[in-house]
Amino acid sequence: MADILGAEVDEEGFLVDLKDWTKEIAVEMAKGDDIELSEEHWDVINFLRDYFEEYQIAPAVRVLTKAIGKQFGKEKGNSKYLYSLFPYGPGKQGCRFAGLPKPTGCI
Amino acid sequence: MSTKKFMYLNRRAPYGTVYALESLEVVLIAAAFDQDVSLAFMDDGVYQLVEGQNTDGIGMKNFSKTFHALGDYDINQFFVSAESLTERGLSADDLMPLVWEDEDDDWAEKPSVKVVSNVELSKLMSEQDVCLSF
Repeated sequence: MADILGAEVDEEGFLVDLKDWTKEIAVEMAKGDDIELSEEHWDVINFLRDYFEEYQIAPAVRVLTKAIGKQFGKEKGNSKYLYSLFPYGPGKQGCRFAGLPKPTGCI
Repeated sequence: MSTKKFMYLNRRAPYGTVYALESLEVVLIAAAFDQDVSLAFMDDGVYQLVEGQNTDGIGMKNFSKTFHALGDYDINQFFVSAESLTERGLSADDLMPLVWEDEDDDWAEKPSVKVVSNVELSKLMSEQDVCLSF
């Protein structure tokens, strides 16, 4: 089994145990994708973690864009902005950095 | 693509089998297709909506929290059998206060759960294009 900083990940790079997550793991995962995490990345990552804590699921992209726009300003509530942060998809890549399972219905 | 009426009928207790969780997963996937979706709860299925579930002792995910997210997925029709509640000594007050935000009404929060008689429930079922039972 592969691991990131000692935390086990599955074949797609998602954490096997959500409880293993640390900020350092997120930074390390991002590095592997050639991304340096900015303030804006962390806004989304923290939002995803809070959402999961509250609802026990990762949000669908359209729910995520709507909620990000509501919370961080209209200019950020669109998929173009979210894809600029997470080129492999805010759901898939964002959730992976946030230590969450792959979103339901996400291919 | 035309819109069809989908009803997901839930008749089993939330834990012990995987039916309730699977139903919820299917509902979440189906929500992406902009259909007219409603959920119905009868028999032991009404327990899925009971407030204050705690799964610490059984090592399962407490997915009852996920029902609170469904309003954001435009799923806001939860029909619960009045008879099934009464048979189990439950009432509408024992259920989670699920709400949805009405975009056309200044995002006012409105209740999603409606307790109906079995007669009303069967009428609702007969109006569906697709009815999936879990």
